[in-house]
Order: sequence, then structure tokens, then C-alpha cells
Amino acid sequence: MNRVNAVVAAVGARVVGGVWRLGFAARFFLVMVKHSPTAFRRFHLTVREIYFAGVLSLIIILVSGLFVGMVLGLQGYDTLARYGSSEALGVLVALSLVRELGPVVAALLFASRAGSAITAEIGLMKATEQLDAMEMMAVDPVARVVAPRFWGGVLSMPLLAALFSAMGIFGGYLVGVVLIGVDVGQFWSQMQSAVDFREDVVNGVIKSVVFGIAVTWIAVFEGYDAPPTAEGVSGATTRTVVTSALAVLALDFVLTAFMFRGVR
Amino acid sequence: MMKRSTLDLWVGFFVLAGLGALVFLSFQVANLTATARGDTYEVKARFDNLGGLKVRAPVKSAGVVVGRVSDIRFLNDVFEAEVTMAIEARYKFPRDTAAKILTSGLLGDQYISLSAGGDVANLKNGDTLKITQSAIILENLIGQFLYSKAADGNENKK
Repeated sequence: MNRVNAVVAAVGARVVGGVWRLGFAARFFLVMVKHSPTAFRRFHLTVREIYFAGVLSLIIILVSGLFVGMVLGLQGYDTLARYGSSEALGVLVALSLVRELGPVVAALLFASRAGSAITAEIGLMKATEQLDAMEMMAVDPVARVVAPRFWGGVLSMPLLAALFSAMGIFGGYLVGVVLIGVDVGQFWSQMQSAVDFREDVVNGVIKSVVFGIAVTWIAVFEGYDAPPTAEGVSGATTRTVVTSALAVLALDFVLTAFMFRGVR
Repeated sequence: MMKRSTLDLWVGFFVLAGLGALVFLSFQVANLTATARGDTYEVKARFDNLGGLKVRAPVKSAGVVVGRVSDIRFLNDVFEAEVTMAIEARYKFPRDTAAKILTSGLLGDQYISLSAGGDVANLKNGDTLKITQSAIILENLIGQFLYSKAADGNENKK
């Protein structure tokens, strides 16, 4: 009977712990928003974080975007040619990138490139008691350390997603038009008539903003919540990447269902 | 630690490149300039059968998009469908213009085609088109074809 009790208690502890963490994350978010004016008043702090989160992610985002676009071009041509409509290649590449792949893949890359770095940095600052030292000097670590990193990530993410999509469309153009020889006029004109600004481009940007908030929030929270040991920081970094990836994919399903006529 | 001016330069470059990508997506990919609509006027038309016509489907004349379908409703008293079209104000059509529902390509989307008539007066906001032609429903066509085939077969037997 004691065994059973222990198992039930373990389940209960896990649930209570999970709910507690969720509540802590939500309150952390509110505190972060409350301290956000500092991030904009001392904007050079945020600019620095845009450099680390955005500029340093450029290489991986641009190269991945180019290759994803080129693969879409090759695979899309192969499939479309079976139906004798290879001119629709531009539509296929542009719609899949602007609606889905751009925001989602850019967010996944952003989580593993910038999110993990943010978690490791904040976690290590906590482990080496730099955050405590700041509090000693009456500097709020949430305002000084966390909020600029959060806004740096949130501002970078839509730009990175747009660059990913643009680069991918260029890759699709390279493979489709330059390499395979799809008609260049058909490629662009079909794309322009099929892609809608409000429906596709704006919805893609909204997605990337939501992903940016989710990924950066998870990253700063995991860093701030990390146990102040080497093991704790490494565990928190892993959790950031795993949780962000799951959050991005789940949010993507929900957003797509509401945006693109799935659920009304 | 990097110098602040270098850092600002890189961030500025990044932000400009990102905004450039957004502009590229809006204008080159989504063709915002062509879809940006100015003033429109509304014209109504009644059809027996719309087929697969949807709201926001293009309204074309001579193959050029001149407007969009803005509303579709069912009129219960006459059992017909009423389609409201928003036509760009710069395009004027005579009052006896005819509306047809056509399909772009074999399996494409349906659109409304306007063929201009010869009336001197132009259509005004809220007018209703008199001459309309419903969508061609593939199943009806096949049904008619089979029926006529069957009729032929009976005649041959006699």
C-alpha cells in the first residue's frame, strides 16, 4: 500500500511542480513586460542583444533558407512536372515558404542558435552570482539582463523569418529558372497572382512574431530558472531547445488552423 | 568586447536587410501594388447556379481583372443566387453588360466574366445586371451526354 501511495504521490508532485513552473513562467513574463520600458529607454542594451540574437544568426538562416528553397525547387518541379504544370513552381515555393517554412524553420534555427545561447548566458550569470551582485547594487537583473534579451529576440525573429523566406524564394528561382529552365515570366507572374499580401505575407509575419515571443520567453525563463550549477545550466539549455521546438510546432498548428480557413 | 559603433553598424545592416526582405515579399512576391484597390462600385447579378464561385473570386473583362466578388447570398423568394461584385471605379461598363461564370483552365477556379454591351448609359453603384449565364456544371453535362447517347442507342435498335 505504501508503494502505491508513493507512486501516486510522485505523480502528484510532478503535476504540482509543472503547474507551479507554468505559473512562475507567466509571472516572470509579467515582470519582464513591466520592466520592458528600461529595455527601450536604454536602447543600446537591446541593440547589443539584437546583434547577438539576430546578426550572428544571419549566416545559418541565410544558408538554410537558400538550401531549403533549392530543395523545394527540385522536389516541387519533379512533382509538378507529372501534372504538366511546372510553371506553378513559383507558387509552390513562395506559398510554402511565406506561409509555413519561413516562420517555422527560422524559429527552430533561432531557438537552437540564439535561444540556447541566451539560456546558457543567463544561467551562467546566475551560477556565478552575477545576478545576485546586480541586486546588491540595486540594479534589477530582470530590467538590466532579461528584458533587453527578450526584446532583442522578439525584434530579430520576424526579420530573420522574412530573410529566410526571401532567400528561399531566391533559391527556388535559382534551381527552377536558372538550372531547370522554367519560364521566368511564368514563375514570377503565377507567384504574384497566387500570393496574397494580407492572407499570406501578413499572416506569415504574425506567425514569426508569435514564435519570436514564445522562443525568447522560454529561453530567458529557462536561463533565469536554471539551477546555479554546471549541470543545471546544461540541462536548462537542452530544455530550452526541446521546449521551444515543441512550442513552435504546436503554436504553428493552432495559428494555421485559425489563419488558413481550417477552423472558423 | 566589440566597439559600440561597429555593433550599431551591424545591427543597422541587419534591420535594413530584414526590412528589405519584407518589402521584397510584399511587392515582388505578393504584388502589393496590383492588389491595392482604390475606389470601387458595386454591381449585382443573379444566377441560377453559381457552381463553385467564391467570395473574392476575380471579375474579369476581356481576361483582365477589373474587380472582385464581394458577397454571395441566396434569395429565398426566387431561389436564385445573388452575387455582389466590387468593380474598380476606373472601369466603366455599359448598362446592358452580360455576366458569365467561367472556369480558368480545365480544373481552375471559377470567375465572373463581363462582356460589355452597347448601351450609352453606364452601370451605377447598386445596379443589377440583366443578362447572366450560370456556371456549367460538369455532372449536368455528363448527364445530358449520357441521356442523348441512350436516346441514340434506342433509335438504332429500332
